[in-house]
Amino acid sequence: MPVDVAAPYAVRVRQALADDALRAALDRATEHLRDRRAQAVAAVDFHRLRDQTRAARCYAIEHLPDLLEQLEGNLIANGCQVHWARDAAEAVGTVLDIAGVHSVSDVVKSKSMVTEEIGLNDALQRSGIDVVETDLGEFIVQLAGEPPSHIITPVIHKRIEDISALFGEKLGTPPTTDPAELCAAARRELRSEFLVADMGISGCNFAIAETGTICVVTNEGNGRMVTSLPPVYVAIVGIEKVVRRVEDAVLLWQAASRSATGQDVSVYFSLCSGPRRRGDADGPDEMHVILLDNGRSRILERRYGDAALCIRCGACINVCPVYREIGGHTYGRTPYSGPIGAVITPLLEYDPRAARELPFASSLCGACRDVCPAKIDLPRLLLDLRSDLVERRASPIGERAAVRAYASFVRRPALYRVLASAARRFARFARALPPLRTWARTRELPRFAPQRFADLWRERRDDGTGSDEE
Amino acid sequence: MVDTLYPGVGLAAASLLRRSGADVVFPDGQTCCGQPALNAGYRNDARRVARHFVDIFHPPLDDGTIDAIVAPSGSCVAMVKHQYPRLFEDDDPYRRRAIEIGDVTYELTQYLADYLGFAPGDARYAGKITYHPCCHLLRELGIDAQPRQLLAKIQDAELVELPDAEECCGFGGVFAIKNAEISTAMGRRKAKNLAASGADVVALCDVSCMTHLNGIRARDGYSCRAVHVAELLAGSPESEPADQEPADEEYPDAG
Repeated sequence: MPVDVAAPYAVRVRQALADDALRAALDRATEHLRDRRAQAVAAVDFHRLRDQTRAARCYAIEHLPDLLEQLEGNLIANGCQVHWARDAAEAVGTVLDIAGVHSVSDVVKSKSMVTEEIGLNDALQRSGIDVVETDLGEFIVQLAGEPPSHIITPVIHKRIEDISALFGEKLGTPPTTDPAELCAAARRELRSEFLVADMGISGCNFAIAETGTICVVTNEGNGRMVTSLPPVYVAIVGIEKVVRRVEDAVLLWQAASRSATGQDVSVYFSLCSGPRRRGDADGPDEMHVILLDNGRSRILERRYGDAALCIRCGACINVCPVYREIGGHTYGRTPYSGPIGAVITPLLEYDPRAARELPFASSLCGACRDVCPAKIDLPRLLLDLRSDLVERRASPIGERAAVRAYASFVRRPALYRVLASAARRFARFARALPPLRTWARTRELPRFAPQRFADLWRERRDDGTGSDEE
Repeated sequence: MVDTLYPGVGLAAASLLRRSGADVVFPDGQTCCGQPALNAGYRNDARRVARHFVDIFHPPLDDGTIDAIVAPSGSCVAMVKHQYPRLFEDDDPYRRRAIEIGDVTYELTQYLADYLGFAPGDARYAGKITYHPCCHLLRELGIDAQPRQLLAKIQDAELVELPDAEECCGFGGVFAIKNAEISTAMGRRKAKNLAASGADVVALCDVSCMTHLNGIRARDGYSCRAVHVAELLAGSPESEPADQEPADEEYPDAG
């Protein structure tokens, strides 16, 4: 049974762990992506690339208000219409308004996590507008009626044989495990959609302030079709996507490509600075840019500015041993999974307790920190979030009492000595307590030693044998 | 954990330090570094425990009784070195003392290899050993070569490579409880790799990861046992320790 993103966390975990096809798909894909990335970063001075990436992102976040105003000014000068949206509802409302003005009935979209974040597809469809995802991975998950499970490779949770079966059922194609054949089938479906679409919607990888340019990174070229073919183009841009200058965007493009898919750079890098001008061969008649906050300024206010440095490459997800076991849907309705998702999902919420399980869904192994091109210290952010949640009373009373008791007794050596020495006698009782019972469901518990180290040490010291000999 | 569960690891560590020429003291009153509380999100409780740790270890450091603090656990050392400074505000007098302590706190294999030039003694192990780099040791402290160098000095032992060695074993502190099923799935993946390595034992530098792996081993019945590097180096890995064997008459309620 696939993971139900609307189910409670514990249920999602159980569903994921019971899904052998899911875990086979994740194993195959994450291993491939990790190997590709390792080769791609070994081919360059990755230390330098990371330092430059972090510097460019830090500059942008530190100068966010100024850069956003500069971006807005330049977009308007280029002929774009700029809209500010405080939250998902405002952004969705703006898109619906624009669609209404132009009597839009068919929308084509390029892969965009921010539109997943604000639930745009549902809203458009409820208004009777046909929405087609044109990124191959997104096309597949839309066909399956599922949300994406990875920010870069949305269909990572499916094996190619699953996709073949899905295409057979929905598109009537013969079974095949040849990616090229499946791609060709999708292409046939999509071509006609592009031709009838009256609105294109994309997200944005980088928004260049000094030129007023929206950058979209893709490998299939669908993004360029979305931004140039339909008469109306709407870009939805999280405010943290702004960068100072063209050089920064190009730098981040490379950092993201190497980190995400192990490419030197992605196949397409579409830069759109405004609607079609007189004499242009193509381009939209109208271009709208929606600058979306939706919790992003809260991330900065909550002193988690490092999380805003993310360039959404997904490298942290691909190396995460927890993600590898459970996949993206186990993180819930959020499109952001893995270590970065566990950080930003609760932070984007008005009340972080809405995603209280996520910061704990990490063994804090640190593999994510080692690969992040922006050098985000994800384990530290997860630790801070855990404490923030505990201080908002998001943890069970029993747990709070247990930690309080632990902290009291380890600060009282005399009490510690008594309890530690008697621990063996309490062992049977302790096994019935929830934490140890949970442990023992799948693992044996260790035994207390007959004698504590401190006692053995004292004996050896006192009888003069030291501890040199066994 | 070493104190109450694995005193053999403590004795082995002390023995290795002494044989390498160090004078070993065990300050009375020491208990825990506070990592469990911080890991679970209780930074205020962790800070209280950290103060106690500083109170115990700073005076002997200050008066020159000790030059270094050595622990047979990478994650405890990472806690003291990297998390303590973050727990105390700039104007907290404990901050300076915590940083001074962190500066001279070392993980056992690091101290043996880099500072004491540990000489191969008569450590012997007739079997195949593989090495699992525990996450905090590897990624927070950057210690990897030292334990491998030391293991290479054990006579009669054959060192074998562990596939995907750097992947987390799944322990992760409170993660092992709060996400017990995911934690176990990760541990079973590690167990599969341990089996693939062909090793008789897997050496590591953290008793918590050891507890997790041996707990799965005892339940699932795979053969490769986790042992602390110190025990192998001291030549004293209890042949087949009683701990974590499937429940016997002592704990009839297990399972």
